[in-house]
Amino acid sequence: MIKIEDLTVRLDNALIVDRISLDVAEGEWVTVIGPNGAGKSTALRAVAGLLPFGGSVVLDGHPVDRLHRRERAKTLAVVVQSPVVPPAMTVFDYVLLGRTPYIAPLGRESATDLAAVEEELTALDLVPFAGRRLDTLSGGERQRVFLARALAQGARILLLDEPTSALDIGHQQEVLELVDHLRAQRGLTVLATMHDLSTAGEYADRMVLLSGGRVVAAGTPVEVLTEANLAEHYRVKVRVIPGDHGPLVVAVRS
Amino acid sequence: MRPAGLRPAWLAAGVVAVLVAVVAGLAFGSVSLPPGGVAIELLDLIPGVRLHSGLTEREVAILTELRLPRVVLGLVVGAMLALAGAAYQGAFRNPLADPHLLGVAAGAGLGVTAVLVLRPAGGAAAGLPIGVPAAAFAGALIAVALTWVLGAAGGRDRSPAALILAGVAVSAFLSAMQTYLLQRHVESLREVYSWLLGRLGTAGWHDVLVVLPYAVLTAAIMLTQRRELDVLTVGDEEASSLGLHPQRSRYLLIVAASLGTAAAVSVSGLIGFVGIIVPHTLRLLTGPSYRSLLPLSLLFGAAFLTLTDLLARVAGGAAEIPIGVVTAFLGAPFFIVVLRTTRSAAT
Repeated sequence: MIKIEDLTVRLDNALIVDRISLDVAEGEWVTVIGPNGAGKSTALRAVAGLLPFGGSVVLDGHPVDRLHRRERAKTLAVVVQSPVVPPAMTVFDYVLLGRTPYIAPLGRESATDLAAVEEELTALDLVPFAGRRLDTLSGGERQRVFLARALAQGARILLLDEPTSALDIGHQQEVLELVDHLRAQRGLTVLATMHDLSTAGEYADRMVLLSGGRVVAAGTPVEVLTEANLAEHYRVKVRVIPGDHGPLVVAVRS
Repeated sequence: MRPAGLRPAWLAAGVVAVLVAVVAGLAFGSVSLPPGGVAIELLDLIPGVRLHSGLTEREVAILTELRLPRVVLGLVVGAMLALAGAAYQGAFRNPLADPHLLGVAAGAGLGVTAVLVLRPAGGAAAGLPIGVPAAAFAGALIAVALTWVLGAAGGRDRSPAALILAGVAVSAFLSAMQTYLLQRHVESLREVYSWLLGRLGTAGWHDVLVVLPYAVLTAAIMLTQRRELDVLTVGDEEASSLGLHPQRSRYLLIVAASLGTAAAVSVSGLIGFVGIIVPHTLRLLTGPSYRSLLPLSLLFGAAFLTLTDLLARVAGGAAEIPIGVVTAFLGAPFFIVVLRTTRSAAT
């Protein structure tokens, strides 16, 4: 589980994240939404321990800034917004990078590490791609590979920064269904940021709306995705339609 | 499926390349020696082994006193330059990085020149002054730091091109300082100039002993970081999220590569492009993983420079071609090919 209290991040003296508090229970999926520049990605990177921050972030009982890097990598895995694609690296070797925290300095990958890679390749239907170079894959295939590398870390907490922003709607759904399936199967805790509000609401248990670095609304998708909330913070006229798995948000021209 | 890593077949090929280069480097030259006899004589040098090669006493002297130190120095310098090139390319995430293009060699050159022209008179006969590697290292580190800072002038990203342009500017500046020093000390001009062109020719065992400790230490440090280099290819933020200290690994690699380059430059002078030619050829043949690239660069770099030195000795007839000229002849066209493929991959 993730316990965030008064999380504050300053970058170059600008206040980007302003006293965010949020709990994510074990096995829960919480999605952070908000307009561009609201501080979503920055907050996520701070939770991952990748940025200096004020306040406290506790992962499964351990403050993230006091965890050893390797321990942190075993507790929490991140898929950043646009991961660097190392040219010419194979899918297998890329997923194996996820085992880095388990491989001792100067050591080699163990049979357990190789088995973990095989397992994730199987879970994400990537076995036929194992020997392919990353730069020959399509966007949807690549996103599954990024996810496989994160899962290979064996962490119970998964942070996803805009995991579907580069994908068409079919592949968006495919990736999110996969994450949801693995979450249920393995009891993963998921904290994500997303732009597509309807899709975000369909998968999240709870949502947090950030604006200007602050939490301005939090609760179930139905509570957060209201016409009033979105009009105020996104400065756009929207219509919210009840859907089977959550509210559907459509922007309308005013 | 097997993960990327050092394949035994390639390791064996590297060892064979080194052995072939050693025997060829010892056997051929102004006086040719039978390669079989050379090989037997080499085995005879191993403590506890007694063999008769059939070489005359004079031939044995040519072998052990003239050619062997030169060949060993070629191995060490070649291994260092190729390994440092590969390490810089990984640490800077820049395929064009090379000890010479980053200004490191020019910095080391300035350090060496300063020691050679400013030392007290009368020391010239004693071979390399002991302070030379340290001066070369100081010059190399200052140069790489300057290039790193200047390369960021166009933004934090340090694109390959910006870094290389900064390296060119730093090299030009340091070379100008070197020229100025030489102008003020014309009496050292000949000595420094022959060193500048790159040479393994005057190598005696003294030079080998001066450079060897630095080479062994820095090569060991760089080799320990080969898995880290593979992780660094995904960028600092992700490497950090995978449990690494990206900056710590990078500084360690840059300092080790600079120290190694400085040690090599201090005895061999400026021999360019080895750090581009060898790692890039190996990448094409064996794949991008630094886990195999670093050890293979060491082996094939050693073999490459020893064979290049042989070429420089025999191709020029009586007047040896400076080895730096030969590597530049081979390396400049190679560099253009790398530049072209890098640019097409970036766009």
